[in-house]
Amino acid sequence: MKSENSEKSRKHWKLSIIYTLSILTIWFVSSYGCSILFRDWCDANLPKVGNVPFGFWMSQQGSILVFIGLLFIYAILMARLDRSLNN
Amino acid sequence: MDQSVWNAIFIGLSFALYIVIAIKSRATSTKEYYTAGGGVHPITNGMATAADWMSAATFISMAGVVAIEGYNGSRYLMGWTGGFVLLTVLMVPFLRKFGKSTVPDFIGDRYYSKTARLVAIICAIFICLTYIMGQMRGVGVVFAQLFGWSDWLGVIVGGTIVFFYAGLGGMKGITYTQVAQYCVMAFAYTIPAVFIAISLTNNFIPQLGMIGEYTKDAQSVPFFEKLDAINAELGFAKYTASTMPKIDMFCITAALMCGTAGLPHVIVRFFTVKDVKAVRKSAFWTLAFIGVIYLTAPAIGSFARVNLIESLHQTKYEEAPYWMKDFEKTKQMSFEDKNGDGLIQHWGPAEIAKGKVNELEFGKDMMVMANPHMGGAPKWVIGLLMAGCIAAALSTAAGLLLVLSTSISHDLMKSIIKPDLSEKEEVRWARGASFFALLIGVYFGINPPSDFVAKTVAFAFGLAASSFFPTLLLGIFSKRVNRAGGISGMIAGILFTLSYIVYFQFLGGTKEQYLFGISPEGIGTIGMLINFIVTGIVTVLTPAPPQEVQDMVAEIRLPHGAGEAVDH
Repeated sequence: MKSENSEKSRKHWKLSIIYTLSILTIWFVSSYGCSILFRDWCDANLPKVGNVPFGFWMSQQGSILVFIGLLFIYAILMARLDRSLNN
Repeated sequence: MDQSVWNAIFIGLSFALYIVIAIKSRATSTKEYYTAGGGVHPITNGMATAADWMSAATFISMAGVVAIEGYNGSRYLMGWTGGFVLLTVLMVPFLRKFGKSTVPDFIGDRYYSKTARLVAIICAIFICLTYIMGQMRGVGVVFAQLFGWSDWLGVIVGGTIVFFYAGLGGMKGITYTQVAQYCVMAFAYTIPAVFIAISLTNNFIPQLGMIGEYTKDAQSVPFFEKLDAINAELGFAKYTASTMPKIDMFCITAALMCGTAGLPHVIVRFFTVKDVKAVRKSAFWTLAFIGVIYLTAPAIGSFARVNLIESLHQTKYEEAPYWMKDFEKTKQMSFEDKNGDGLIQHWGPAEIAKGKVNELEFGKDMMVMANPHMGGAPKWVIGLLMAGCIAAALSTAAGLLLVLSTSISHDLMKSIIKPDLSEKEEVRWARGASFFALLIGVYFGINPPSDFVAKTVAFAFGLAASSFFPTLLLGIFSKRVNRAGGISGMIAGILFTLSYIVYFQFLGGTKEQYLFGISPEGIGTIGMLINFIVTGIVTVLTPAPPQEVQDMVAEIRLPHGAGEAVDH
């Protein structure tokens, strides 16, 4: 019984690490990637948002929207994962 | 009605509201004093945390920085929101599970040492004090503008008011007061933006107006092209251009984000919700509420830039709008007719190089307050905005004072120096500490360590990034990291960052001496790397932590079993 529990916990921890890393990847790409490091490339090659170049828009609006979305998804994913542990 | 009457109405009403709430929910025991009893609803907590979070730096300073620096100002927009992603996925659910009420508590237990706890307390004090300096400056600027006072008087009056409800209300008072403050701030920030968006872009949603067309000229043009054209004409870099070295921009954004995830006064907010699940929900709501303001800030910044230039540049000084005189009185703006033609001229570096003289100077912290005046918004809108400015500065300062006083009364006195302290004495120590902290905050509010509020506050984030962020992160995600590693890492990180900031802000260091071209604002990122490296090396050279500490780390990774936390 105890080993079954710890097996479950290990799986839970592994999955939550995977979720965390995926979320941090998106976080990094939208802020540091699109908005800072590859901003010029994004401005030149990606479609404009309204009348504003993509990289610039990401730095002032897009990243913030992405962050909010990420936290929403994280709360749902983790709640589901925690439920699976209790069953 | 006169402007000052409108201001008085809005500020008076909002204050009456805060005071009523604070008195109604006055703290009675220490547990309530610190964390409101541990049962605050996620949405309520999210709103209060958002108010706590959005300080004078956000509210007064940030849009002004965006207005003047354009694209470069994005470092604050992203830094102060992106940090919540780190905070939520890496920190607070685990710290909440651990179930103590302060950050030094966690560090003291995880690194099984009173020394570690003491170092953490000292770091927390430095971070909060630096942060409070920025807030006091913000309060000063607002009060000075409001009553035509000099800023020292504004700082002192503001400080007294902060002390009143942080000291008397405790966390419970603050939580519900902050919900009210968030509402005031959100309306105060967005309503003026709507008025100006309509006048400049014919679109009542500022975020859409900004990416739309500028409709005030005979022929409408894309709004940002108009802005770039204005800047180019005056000899400034284009609004959308990146003029800051990429490495500096990167490091500042990283320092602000990691600092967010290591800020003690933000972390403790999440100890007030029911369980780990509620922590995640609460974090989402917090960022959503913050987003309302942060998504509006770039619109306000760009609108203010256009309005400022259109209404002042090449205008006769005698015919200059009334608000210019108000800002001259408080020294947020200054004009000197250097070429004697009676016209106000504002030129940037490129035109100055061609022999033109710039006659107009203005601070970044005035832009938000000037914005509705420039856009010709009704007087009640301006009154509302002033109430919002004050709410922003006071709410954050009150939250900070609480953490600071907790660090001293609970972490230092009760846990280390005098364990038999009674509850009453503990509260008394807390109040004494917040009074002392306020005195320091007021002093540096009058003599600020940098030229605008957001920058002073950014230093506090650098300190948090270099001390708490790595130590908490490793404490949660590594079972191997030990006492010696944690302590030496924190000390190395914060000492490096603090000395770099002091050297460049107070001891006359110059830009040419910057390490890799990184300004003091961004140095927290390097301090953070130093902390990680020192912790890693020292840990490898010393024995692993005892088994019960390793078990504790394994335990906080599991979501269940987090009971009624925050009980000492």
